[in-house]
Amino acid sequence: MSQDSGTPVLTISGLRRAFGGLVAVNDLDFTVAQGEIMGLLGPNGSGKTTALNLISGVLRPDAGTIRLMGQNIAGLASYRIARLGLARTFQLVRVLDGMDCRENIKAGLAFQRPHLPASEAELRIDRLLDRVGLAGHDRRPAADLTYIDRKRLELARALAAKPRLLLLDEWLAGLNPSELAIGIDLIRSLRADGITIVLVEHVMSAVRALCDRCIVMSSGRKIAEGATADVLSDAAVVKAYLGGVAVDA
Amino acid sequence: MSTRIAGFGATALAALALLALVPRLGNAYYLALAISLLQYTVLATAWGMFSGPTRYVSLATTAFFGVGAYTVAVLGEILPWPLVLLTAAALGAIVAGIVGLSTLRLSGVYFVIFTFGLTELIRQLVVWFEVNKSRVLGRYVFVNITQADIYWQLLALTAAVFLLGWLIARSRLGFALRVIGEDETVAKHCGINTTFAKVALFTISATVMTLVGAIMAPRWTYIEPSIAFNSMISFQVLIMALLGGAHRLWGPVLGAVPLTLLFELLSARFPNTFTIILGCIFLLIVYMLPRGVAGLFEKLSTTAGGKPTQRVAA
Amino acid sequence: MTNAILTGLMLGGMYALIAMGLTLQYGVARIMNLSYGEFLIAAAFASHWLFTGWAISPFVGLALVVPLAFVLNFAIYKLLLTPLVRRAPNRDALEVDSILATFGLTFVIQGSMLALFGGAYYSYSFLAFPVQFLGETVAANRLAALGITILLGLALYAALTRTRAGTAVRAVAVDPFAAQLVAINVPQASALTFALGGALVAAAGVLVSTFLTFSASSGVVFTMKALIVVVMGGVGNMLGCLVAGLALGLSEALVASYVDPGLTLAVNFALFLAVLLVKPAGLFGRATR
Repeated sequence: MSQDSGTPVLTISGLRRAFGGLVAVNDLDFTVAQGEIMGLLGPNGSGKTTALNLISGVLRPDAGTIRLMGQNIAGLASYRIARLGLARTFQLVRVLDGMDCRENIKAGLAFQRPHLPASEAELRIDRLLDRVGLAGHDRRPAADLTYIDRKRLELARALAAKPRLLLLDEWLAGLNPSELAIGIDLIRSLRADGITIVLVEHVMSAVRALCDRCIVMSSGRKIAEGATADVLSDAAVVKAYLGGVAVDA
Repeated sequence: MSTRIAGFGATALAALALLALVPRLGNAYYLALAISLLQYTVLATAWGMFSGPTRYVSLATTAFFGVGAYTVAVLGEILPWPLVLLTAAALGAIVAGIVGLSTLRLSGVYFVIFTFGLTELIRQLVVWFEVNKSRVLGRYVFVNITQADIYWQLLALTAAVFLLGWLIARSRLGFALRVIGEDETVAKHCGINTTFAKVALFTISATVMTLVGAIMAPRWTYIEPSIAFNSMISFQVLIMALLGGAHRLWGPVLGAVPLTLLFELLSARFPNTFTIILGCIFLLIVYMLPRGVAGLFEKLSTTAGGKPTQRVAA
Repeated sequence: MTNAILTGLMLGGMYALIAMGLTLQYGVARIMNLSYGEFLIAAAFASHWLFTGWAISPFVGLALVVPLAFVLNFAIYKLLLTPLVRRAPNRDALEVDSILATFGLTFVIQGSMLALFGGAYYSYSFLAFPVQFLGETVAANRLAALGITILLGLALYAALTRTRAGTAVRAVAVDPFAAQLVAINVPQASALTFALGGALVAAAGVLVSTFLTFSASSGVVFTMKALIVVVMGGVGNMLGCLVAGLALGLSEALVASYVDPGLTLAVNFALFLAVLLVKPAGLFGRATR
């Protein structure tokens, strides 16, 4: 990473959230530097999505701090966090089915402060449609789109806000090999725009291709952290993930 | 685009001017009927303005209508008429704001429960106040307002509501509500203050309903809580808005006009079984026309392969 | 003071019984039933008719009215509500649909009762003599109703926790989809639970009629109280029902004797909101992920 080393985009410390007796996220700490792509890995139920939900304000943490560009956002309402420069996609893709592609992207930027002039907003929507590969589909209802196009649209909506931090929750899941290659290129290109990304992902080839660093969670706790290649060959990680078999690319 | 809007505006103005002439017909029955039509048109449209995009079912129309009517009963003789209307609107807005702030951040079902009981709650509070504090239960309304005055005020309010609805639909708030109606979680992550948007629209809609109650109040010469807070109004407005289709600004009027006429006929013909008939009509609409008449029109006008109709019951 | 508390506890027991049926209908069958109170009043009228017309004691009346209500509610679920369950793409849509359908049903039932019995208040005199209980004088009919309420509550609790069918019902309440995977017939369990809820509210109606005056349009207030108790206690939770019912009854009795009887509904709502603002899932509800 050769980015400037100012304030980290995201600093999490002592984060905890329990549901009844189940501690879904337990004393989690990590930081994400400007321009970094950070992988958040772990088996199902290890607390990754809960962590994303805590960061994006869907859930309130029981304890701990979450700093976005140095400002504590723990417990803030989702919409406030969104206006501070955080955008996300969802594990099960969520687009606005009753609206067309253009309106879907507009939803992403219309409520950011300060408001963009209309002409500038339209221009940005055009560029985003182009960028995610939906050019020419702008008046198409989102409900008519194929699975990959829905994913593209969801990403475009998240990008519309020009986020400082982007949370991608298994955005690459369910894509076929050629779509996957396109998706990986697309995410990689975001780094050039200065967007910092936290990526929850099970597709190991994508993790290897994209992530600078990774964190591995198991049962709500962080069990490994470091450069991607090191983490993926770590014995504890292999055990948590696959019960002993080596993590395959 | 702008020429279309201008043309539409001109047509609307012409229609408004024509409708304003109804009291000149000099027929009391037609005037009374026209007042009923406007009353339910405004109430159903105001209901749809909030419940259509957000899909929160409000059962509290009567509560706001009653607040308006009762304000007139209390203040009608004390203050000049415009000030009475203003007070009523303010009271309605305050009640709506309180109800909205305390329930709209919760899940939709709590809102329904609360609105279901709100009419009864306010009625009880008014009775309690009248019995214990003012020591009058039931008041005479002596204000110098004719039937024609009521009609013109309602007509102006109708025009205002449609204009307001049109402006909101084109505004950022209107867009925010559509996003909320589609997916509230996504809305929050797009930076929409969903509670504010919902409370704002609920307050606007309730203020209009309160004004209708206030404008209609001089029609009775005697008002007591059971007259002002008659839960049939909530029910009828709900039926009309759902029949017309609450997801369009012009939807509820499609239900309000035919049903006002039908109800007028039925309540005169079958006074004892009117409630039962009403219930059956409502059930038919819920089962047969979940998207209302407006939904039917859309279905007919979209070609095959159009977007799948997503449900909007409320 | 003890009298107010005793009255409150008896009232609260009644509310708990009334709400138990609704918590089954809403928590298990996922039907938000706004016509619930009308069924209570219908049963009250039935009991009144049996007692005044045929001299049948309400306790015997229970044995007639409750099975009939069970059958009737089963039929309503099968005929009226199953189409809604089938067409609903998700739980929210079913909620809206069931609210609308049962709201319409409210007016059908209420209109029918108005046509049959008019708008007058009804009551009859059954076990209307004072007895000494815990050092206070209370009406025998209220005490008898409380006794039966406790029996019904215990029987229901035992049925839900000790029988196979009860376990199936609780499984559906937690997760209808997963319940299906372990070979529970979810539509059938839902229909039976809805009917059971209807039977319970009918029992409540019969009991209420022995000591309260009622009219064709009293149903709404009972629906309201049942809804408040169910939501306050946590949807689908029996213990929550009991605690919330008692809390509601106590607060009402205390307000009625020390503040003003005209403010009971306001107190209901205040309590309801206070609980929800602190614990949105209800006193005994589980926070969902």
